[in-house]
Amino acid sequence: MQYETAAQLRQAYADGQTTAAAQTEAYLAQIAKYDKVYHCYNVINEQAAEQAAEFDKNGDKSGALAGVPVAIKDNLATEQMTTTCSSKILEGFVAPYDATVVQKLRAAGAIILGKTNMDEFAMGSTTETSYTGATKNPWDTAHVPGGSSGGSAAAVAADEAPMSLGSDTGGSIRQPCAYCGLTGIKPTYGAVSRYGLLAYGSSLDQIGPIAHDVRDCATLLQVIAGYDEKDSTSIKDVNFDFTAALQDSDLRGKKIGLPLNYLGEGLDAEIKAAILAACRQFAALGAEICEFEMPMIEYAVPAYYIIACAEASSNLSRYDGIKYGYHPESFRDLEDLYLTARSEGFGLEVKRRIMLGTFALSSGYYDAYYQKALKVRALIKQEFDKAFAQYDAILSPVAPTTAPALNSSLSDPLAMYLSDIYTVSVNLVGIPAVALPCGMAANGLPIGMQLLGRNFAEENLVKLANAYQTSTDWHNKRPQLKEAE
Amino acid sequence: MEIDRKMVEYVAELSKLRLSEPEKDLMQQDLTKVLQYMDILNSLPTEGVEPLTHVSGVENVFRADVARPSYDREKILQNAIATEAGCFKVPQTVE
Repeated sequence: MQYETAAQLRQAYADGQTTAAAQTEAYLAQIAKYDKVYHCYNVINEQAAEQAAEFDKNGDKSGALAGVPVAIKDNLATEQMTTTCSSKILEGFVAPYDATVVQKLRAAGAIILGKTNMDEFAMGSTTETSYTGATKNPWDTAHVPGGSSGGSAAAVAADEAPMSLGSDTGGSIRQPCAYCGLTGIKPTYGAVSRYGLLAYGSSLDQIGPIAHDVRDCATLLQVIAGYDEKDSTSIKDVNFDFTAALQDSDLRGKKIGLPLNYLGEGLDAEIKAAILAACRQFAALGAEICEFEMPMIEYAVPAYYIIACAEASSNLSRYDGIKYGYHPESFRDLEDLYLTARSEGFGLEVKRRIMLGTFALSSGYYDAYYQKALKVRALIKQEFDKAFAQYDAILSPVAPTTAPALNSSLSDPLAMYLSDIYTVSVNLVGIPAVALPCGMAANGLPIGMQLLGRNFAEENLVKLANAYQTSTDWHNKRPQLKEAE
Repeated sequence: MEIDRKMVEYVAELSKLRLSEPEKDLMQQDLTKVLQYMDILNSLPTEGVEPLTHVSGVENVFRADVARPSYDREKILQNAIATEAGCFKVPQTVE
């Protein structure tokens, strides 16, 4: 595309070198050319070109995203397009309102390009559980883009959008960013309103930005963050300003903790080498790297899946075949309507997680599983609190491997859950994290790392990530795109 | 934790899911495998630990009880299986 980043596009627009209409049409053309191959989108905003032209004429050009096209994940409610969570049970669903983040994007001058593919209800790590079909990794179409925000990541990697919104319940922004060579932020729980985000695990879900570099992510996060009276878990007085953080790449005095046990058995040797190289880069920028141990990681995946599935089983009870979404053609009575709608409407992984969560909350097992997981969650938080008393950030891998091959993950759900080992603790504890590219594997697929910070330390994470990106060029690498044959 | 067939059927009933026989086989196998792995949590002592249900730190949020407009009724009903007189219409619930 003409501009490498949204910041460059925004600047060109401000300088009168391009228009919102021209940029929107360029991205729509790119989508028309490549989306048959990658399947990043579930639906395109039919009014995007018209809205961009109208913005050129009458829009407020002072917004941080004036004239910038943005893709959004298909679990964010939109009044003018369907919102399906890539599930048959929400086929054709049109929300009666826009999510708060969508309203904020529009108010900042963004043009919505469309809704991106995802794992069904964000349940999956590959975007293969989508009812609309799998998204392909733009770096290698034989591999998955990661998930659950796989469409949002692949759209940016394939230049089908300059930036996008994803959601992160257990790594769903960070892991696809790692697999697709992108930068993404999982904000502190409560920093961004969840109003209009179709719920998966309500105590874990956060909406966040995906882009090529942390500068674009910071701009997008600043736009969507803030208190919303429609989400009582959103925090008052969140006013991110990343201007200073993006100007200063002197990291002297910063302490970065490196949990050595995260680099042990199970982690690809190439990823370990890339993480250690990133440590040397941070040290060269003035930061102090401090090795330590975080043994609680061993309990993070089981605690996370019990809590996430328990919350999901409750959240997804709203899909009853009556109020919205998939309606069975025939049914005997009310009970049969519920059973038929849910059994025909949900895919296998969603059913599996509803079953697991229902079991963990059922009488007789509630204490042994759900309560136990919440206690372990408290212990995990204690371990992070202790670490952040000493370090400004923690550096960690995002995933144990690069993007897996298509059709290799779903047959063994436990193995797929275990691949979330490095990402789920962040959501259990609520802290922010930035994922960014830090290498390329011999198979040609990107490698990512993540920086974890204490609550509302996004500014510090942006500073660290920006200093790294100012002195390295992993984030500038682009895949060779393929046209449909 | 071993999940037997009866437990699969019981949890499916609670979940309002109708599973085919092959789905029941698969669920029994997958849930057993996942729950057996999860038993690792039992090796961690948690006596005296307070369960952490949420991380936002927000306490109860109150607002004045003032009536204000909601979304348009038509829009709320636009996705319904059936409507009548501005309401959701459902099959008979009481015999």
